[in-house]
Parts: sequence; structure tokens; C-alpha cells
Amino acid sequence: MRGPRTTQSLQAVPVNSPMEDWLRMDRMPHIWCPGCGIGTAVNCFVRAVELSGIPRKKLAIVSGIGCTGRVAGYIKLDSFHTTHGRAIPFAIGLKLASPDLHVVVFSGDGDLIAIGGNHFIHAARRNVNITVICINNLTYGMTGGQVAPTSPKHSIATTTPYGNLESPFNLVHLADSSGASYVARYTTFHVRPLVHTMKEALTKNGFSFVEVLSPCPTLYGRRNRLGDGLDIMRVFKEKAIRRDGLSTDAAFVDLKNGPIVIGKFKDRPREAFLDVYNDAMTRVIGKDHFIPYGPVTMRPPEDESE
Amino acid sequence: MYSIKEAVLSGIHFIDGDVACAEGAIAAGCRFSAGYPITPSTEVVERLAARFPMVGGMFVQMEDELASSIAIIGAAWGGVKAMTVSSGPGISLMQEHIGLAAITETPTVWVNVQRCGPSTGLPTQPAQGDMMQAQWGSHGDYPSLALCPNSPQEAFDLTVRAFNLAERYRTPVMVLLDEAVGHMLEKVVIPPGDEIDVDARHFTSKPPKEYRAYECAPGSLVPDMARTGEGYYFHVTGLTHDERGYPIMLAEVQRRLMERLMAKIDLDDVTQVVQSQVDGCEVLVVSYGITSRVAERAILEAREQGLRVGHLRLLTVWPFPEKLVAERCTQGSVQRVVVPELNMGQMVREVERVVAGACPVTLVGHPGGAVHEPEVILEAIMEVRQ
Repeated sequence: MRGPRTTQSLQAVPVNSPMEDWLRMDRMPHIWCPGCGIGTAVNCFVRAVELSGIPRKKLAIVSGIGCTGRVAGYIKLDSFHTTHGRAIPFAIGLKLASPDLHVVVFSGDGDLIAIGGNHFIHAARRNVNITVICINNLTYGMTGGQVAPTSPKHSIATTTPYGNLESPFNLVHLADSSGASYVARYTTFHVRPLVHTMKEALTKNGFSFVEVLSPCPTLYGRRNRLGDGLDIMRVFKEKAIRRDGLSTDAAFVDLKNGPIVIGKFKDRPREAFLDVYNDAMTRVIGKDHFIPYGPVTMRPPEDESE
Repeated sequence: MYSIKEAVLSGIHFIDGDVACAEGAIAAGCRFSAGYPITPSTEVVERLAARFPMVGGMFVQMEDELASSIAIIGAAWGGVKAMTVSSGPGISLMQEHIGLAAITETPTVWVNVQRCGPSTGLPTQPAQGDMMQAQWGSHGDYPSLALCPNSPQEAFDLTVRAFNLAERYRTPVMVLLDEAVGHMLEKVVIPPGDEIDVDARHFTSKPPKEYRAYECAPGSLVPDMARTGEGYYFHVTGLTHDERGYPIMLAEVQRRLMERLMAKIDLDDVTQVVQSQVDGCEVLVVSYGITSRVAERAILEAREQGLRVGHLRLLTVWPFPEKLVAERCTQGSVQRVVVPELNMGQMVREVERVVAGACPVTLVGHPGGAVHEPEVILEAIMEVRQ
């Protein structure tokens, strides 16, 4: 319930956040810095879940390691904080073992694309039925601002004090060319379309991918003269152009000169991993011998030996 | 409804250790496996890939061992019994996730069909060079459980046991085959399904409001699991955590967690050692896995020459059965302990540790690539006469 807010009343009034029901409030305060965009993305995610109609208990969230890796620990869902880079294969195991679950991977760019890059492309290729949300803050925040495979060329990081000499990955192009069913990019400034796109991604069959550009004022913005969180949000606002359906190889991100291309780039029907399994096995092995795969047949031991 | 018992391939078979291991997994109720091809373990997952669809399970070949080793942890939290299989280089890559399974207390089975190392080594030849890795491979302290079969029959039996121990103690359990046992064809008797003891997963009966993910019932050191997808909203993390499963960065919480993890395995319950003519023996051979079969030949010859030789064959190698080994090695009559192994001296360190100087301990090491010549072991046994 919101407290009164008038110019007369200067007294602090406790105000409950509508997010409280979705967060592990006994773990607050969180670790994120002022100006960080991860909290905004979490807000959008919760809104998206509410709109998606997915029963809350049938949604599981998996994170890797890093600032965004902490998301799983704050959201009140069945939540898994795994190892660095391996959230996706964990999620695949979880999903395949309990196909009735919706499984979301919520992690950062270093986690998903550097150390976990191999899993990312293979999950997209398999088109396994999971949603991957990647908070891309262009750096390694948790460890103090090292260069990432998403860091712009010539950007300054603690491990590239004279500038990054490498070119960054275009994440949406990577996901698209690896075979993902659904590919989109927004920034933490674009909260409304971000909520909508997260909701869409959650309900897509197959591998859906949402990149969320997010400010890291503490460790990226400061070193690269982008200002504080608000300044970076202004960059997102001013430099972003929405190009739904644009070929992902043209969907560039340039914070300095623009543009930051946002939008839904790919939404294609493609047979997802789990859809093909039972059909193919029935055809190849024959219905007399194939035991359909699913929660019931996967779990007989515990039910029988009671 | 389809029954787990129907999945068991009961009967008398002529199969190799790798296939027997796969059948053991199926008999134990394993219904998910993720793996990556690597000699000499590939036959295990090939068998699972062929058999699983007929028993309601699924095998997925992942992009690498890192993915395979965490996919099974995800699957275990999805409510399924799960296992991964690898060898040498692949097992080295999996070490981080053995630690994750240990700290998150995820019942999982890890099969290592050992080949020669280090590095690529001799991929198609036997070794027992990963014995210490099985105990210490992942960083930090954690309870290790490892079983070591010496025949296809035992590969079946001990894989079933590995799953049971994994469920009982909520911990990763390793089955340590080697290339020789893995590829050896022998008779394997698979009992009828209802004669195989299978431990069920211990799921909590508490309602979500009362459930705390890592809180143990009084008198127990192993917490019950919650089912994913049923509204428990539990949190699982590889960070040091408290009874709620929440990360807490305090030395005191680390101490509490580690003390429980290290104490939760009941040594008497998990120890399996085959003893032969141990009472009053002059020489005691301590062996495990394929080496125990070569040692058996040497032991028989030494006995024919009038020496009293006992044999302790470890089926459980980790935790090291220290009470039993110490008791047998220091019974007074023993003048020498002989430890043959297909490495340059690993488990012999454990034997020396528990014998603690009570009698000489002789290592009969072998770098792998073949098994010992029985004569070498015999020589070491007969040295006691000199």
C-alpha cells in the first residue's frame, strides 16, 4: 500500500514495492551499484512473467556467475546459481528432465558469451526450449571492470588500460546465425518494449534470446567517459533506433557515435528440440518399443520403491 | 503404467564393463545422461543412447564435458537420476562441477573409465592414474565417494550401488573403471528387477512454507530435496550457504556447512572390501580394480609356495576404508603390505598413512598402458622371505 505523498508531509513513509512479492526480501539490500541497469531488467522480467500467464511455480530461473549471476538469488522462484559460464547447459538438463517447467537463463555477457560462448551457440543450434536473457553491460562488473568479448573496440578496461584491440561480438547476430527461434535487443531505457519482448520470449517455443544493454557506470561508464547511470540512459535514449526485422548483421551497437539498433530481429517458427523427440523416436523405434519421454516416465524410481 | 522394473535387462549376458555399467545405471533408475565422446568410455553412453528411449530416458550428447557435467546436475534438480561418463581429459574438465554437485548436494553419478595420463596420454590403454583426482580433483574440501569394480559384473553392481549412495547421501559418486574392465567381455548376471535394491530420492514431505532447503531432520546430516516446479521457491547456489540455501559470506557459515558435508557420509555404511585369507597372513596385498585380478594370480602362486598371503580388495576406494585397512595391516602377523597399482603410487599413500610405520609397505607401481605382469607382484610378495 502506498503511503501519502504531499508537499506538507516530509516524514519518511514506508512504501511497499510492488516487486516485494517476487523478491527474496530477506536478502535485501542487493549488491548492485547505483545506476546499474540489472534491477531495471529484473523489474521488466517480473512484469513480463506476470503478463505471460506462466504459473509462477512452473518457472525456474538459472544464472551463472557475475553481477547478473546474482539475479537467481534475489528472485523468488525455484532458482539456481550455477558455475561461471554454465547456466545454459544446467538449464538444458533441468528442462529436459522436467519438460513441464519453463526455464529461463538470466545472466551476463561475460558469463554467457565469453566463458559460456560455446554453450550459447550450441543451445541455439539445438533450439532447445529455453529463454536466455543476457544483460550486456560491456564489461566484467563483479571482478572489477575487465575487458569482455562485448567491450567496444578501443574501450578502456582494467586489463586493456591502453584500449581494447579486439572487436566485440554482435550478440543478436551470433544467436540468429546459430539458429535461435527468437532474437531481440533492447536497453534498460526501453522498459515497455522490453517487458513486451521478454513476455514474448518466455512464451516462444525453442531457443529465445533477449539481449538487454545495461549501464555499468561504476566500472565501464566511468573509465570510458560515458558519465553516470543517468548519462548512459540518455545515450540509450538518444542513440537507439528501433528496426524490427532488420537483418542481425546490420544490428550494430555503437554507444559513442550511434546507432544502437534495438528491436525484435527474428521470430521464426523452427522445430524445437523437445517437439521433435517423441515424434522421431516413435517413428524410428516404433510405438511398441519406445517409451514416450516426459515427466511421468522419467520419474518412476522414486514412485515405486516407496 | 510403464515400470522401472521392466527396464532392467534381467538375464545372463556376455557384455563388456562399459555396457554393464550402462545397464547398471538403467537398473538403478537413471533416466538422463549427458556426455561427450571419449575413449575408452564412449561405449557407456552409446549404450545409453540406444537403450534410454526404450525405458523412458534421454541421452544428450553435449558440446563438451563442461556442459555434460552440469547438465546432469540440472537434470537431477529436475527430479531425475542422472549420470555422466568420461575419461582422463574429460574428467579433468568436469572437476568444477563435481565441486558444484558436492556443495549443492546434488545426487549424481560420474563414471570415469580410466586411461593413461597425463594429458592425452594413452587413450586406448588402461591405467589407475585418477585415484587421487577422484578424491581431490575439485578445489576445496568435499566428501568423495568412489567405487572401483574389477569386472563387468561389478561394473553393473557398483553402478547400481553408486546411484543408491548418491541418493542416500545427496552427493556425487564416482565409478572408477579402467580401460581393461571397460572393454573386457565377461558373463554378467542381471537379476530380476524386483531383486535389485534401488534407493529412492528423499523428497521433503513438508509444505513449502515450512521447508528450508538445507535444513536436516533431527539426527540426520542429509537434508531432503524439494521438487522443482511445486512452489517451494528454493534457491540453490555454489556459494557457501546457510540452511535456507542463501549465500552467506561468513567464516562461521562456511565452517558449519563444511563440518556437515564432511561428516555426512557413514564410513561403515559405504565401505565395501573383499577379504581373502586375511586372518593371520604374513603378507597382505591391498588392491583394487583391474590390478586386483593380476594380483590374485600372484597371490595364488605365493600361497602355493607356502606363504600365507591375504588379499584386501577395495570396492570402495573413497572414502578410504581406513579403519578396516589399518586393522588388517596391523594385526601383528603381517610382515609386509604390498600395494600394486597402475600408477606411480597413489593409493599406497593412503595405505602408508593408516599403517603408520607398523610394517613395511611396498608399492608395485606401473605407469599404465598395460596391466602388471603377475611375476612382478609375486616378487614383491616373496621379498618378505629374503
